[in-house]
Amino acid sequence: MIKLENVCKTFNINTINEKKALNNINLSIESGDFITVIGGNGAGKSTLLNLIAGVYPCESGAITLDGSDITTEPEYKRAKFLGRVFQDPMMGTAADMGIEENLAMAFRRGKKRGLHWGISHEERTLYKEKLKTLDLGLETRLSSKVGLLSGGQRQALTLLMATLQRPKLLLLDEHTAALDPKTAKKVLELTDSIVKRDSLTTLMVTHNMKDAIRMGNRLIMMHEGRIILDIKGKDKENLQIKELLDMFESASGNTMDNDRMLLS
Amino acid sequence: MAIFQAIQDAAAQGIIWDVMALGLYITFKILNFADLTVDGSFATGGVVSAILITKGMDPFLSLLISLAAGMICGFITGFLHTKLEIPEILAGILTMLALYSINVRILGQPNMALLGVSTVLTSVSSIFPALSLKAVSALIGLIATILVITFLYWFFGTEIGCSIRATGNNEYMVRALGVNTDKTKILALTLSNGLVALSGGMVAQTQGYADVGMGIGTIMIGLASIIIGEVIMGKRFSFAYKLASVVFGSIIYRCIIALVLQLGLDSKDLKLLTSIIVAAALSVSVIKKKFNSKRSNHAPTTNKGGEAVD
Repeated sequence: MIKLENVCKTFNINTINEKKALNNINLSIESGDFITVIGGNGAGKSTLLNLIAGVYPCESGAITLDGSDITTEPEYKRAKFLGRVFQDPMMGTAADMGIEENLAMAFRRGKKRGLHWGISHEERTLYKEKLKTLDLGLETRLSSKVGLLSGGQRQALTLLMATLQRPKLLLLDEHTAALDPKTAKKVLELTDSIVKRDSLTTLMVTHNMKDAIRMGNRLIMMHEGRIILDIKGKDKENLQIKELLDMFESASGNTMDNDRMLLS
Repeated sequence: MAIFQAIQDAAAQGIIWDVMALGLYITFKILNFADLTVDGSFATGGVVSAILITKGMDPFLSLLISLAAGMICGFITGFLHTKLEIPEILAGILTMLALYSINVRILGQPNMALLGVSTVLTSVSSIFPALSLKAVSALIGLIATILVITFLYWFFGTEIGCSIRATGNNEYMVRALGVNTDKTKILALTLSNGLVALSGGMVAQTQGYADVGMGIGTIMIGLASIIIGEVIMGKRFSFAYKLASVVFGSIIYRCIIALVLQLGLDSKDLKLLTSIIVAAALSVSVIKKKFNSKRSNHAPTTNKGGEAVD
């Protein structure tokens, strides 16, 4: 469905801080895939997601969606088929606007915005139903400002917003990394249930190896801007942490030295 | 009694100028954009309207042309900022400076008295001959204010208006939700400067002269109105209430100015005074915060922040 061909990205090109973030990435995401992405700091995981979302342009290579080239399409146009949740809970919602206003913005993703009233009555009923599925009691606080919510609540809301209009691809960029373990677990469960319910194609970056192994049907591991492992199907189902570490060692020639990934 | 009279005049002036403050509210508060174009576009509105009515145009129609001229000014700043990626303050200053030359060109002379021509003031006053000119001016301001507030209340409730509000709040989110933030920014700047220029046209017509320098300090007067309104009326309430507090702030600002002039302040010092008022009003919230945190050192608060997710 979405194909990346020979995609490269270098930051601060021609300066002393030049950093090759992505090096010749080839990735084909099939419809229905739930891919977990792991890798150390600076491996290029977030850059990969941002390139797909169009936050910054590719240096070279091409991105195609269902056969049509979207490499140069701006971020706001690609939003039509993308749902996104960010690492920072503040990024995905507008703090000074109400819960329903945020949902109404998300409800119109990929649609033309005109001079119709920003929220209709039928929508409110829909939002209430959807909020109920989060089980956070937000359905009684439709007009509360999002800034009053906790990080976990905001992240759950962002997840709901990202999937309110069914996205062709859901991009989750370490969306539980900034939450406490208990809240992170809850948001992750929610993610799993929404992805399964709507059978969404998903690309989820995580630092947690256990989650990466437990969730999804495909796992890719990145190292220094390259995809060094791509495990799917039966191999993925039977994958163990120990095995993954060995594979990382033989593929990258390094030992895994990232405490955050090992300990979590 | 002189003070009483001065306050009445001030209120009448405040209600004409509040349209400008409402325009500035769009960029400063809703879009979160410090737009310095207004110093130029306010004068543009004034000179455009002045030159047109001296050429015999209907004064109300000339105000619409002022509005359109201001919208063009705002569009240019928006274009400079979004498409050419010039920082917001600089983009505003560039347009403002360019407008100074353009305004002189439009008027053909540094200033112009509107004597013996038909203005909104004279036309409305001929309908209500019993009212004093001050009262007529206040009436014009009141009608314009009500129209503008109604329009803004409607517009910022629509889908496009919501996108503009969200852009001022969190542009990353808005782009991720499929809104072209360049467009929303340009639109907000266009609308804002249109209202500022409309106010400039009304001010020129009601005071009876236009001056190419009439826009100097407009942004400070607008900010003073917005902030005074916010400090006195509070921030918590609905959008309509917030717009009304801008109007209220504009009137209070004029009253403060009238009061200090009555107390013997030289009118040359007005700009200094305006700056001091804005600085003081802006610092109120900071001082409050510091004061509160000092108090909370003695008595720990029970505020636990946001609620847990489960």
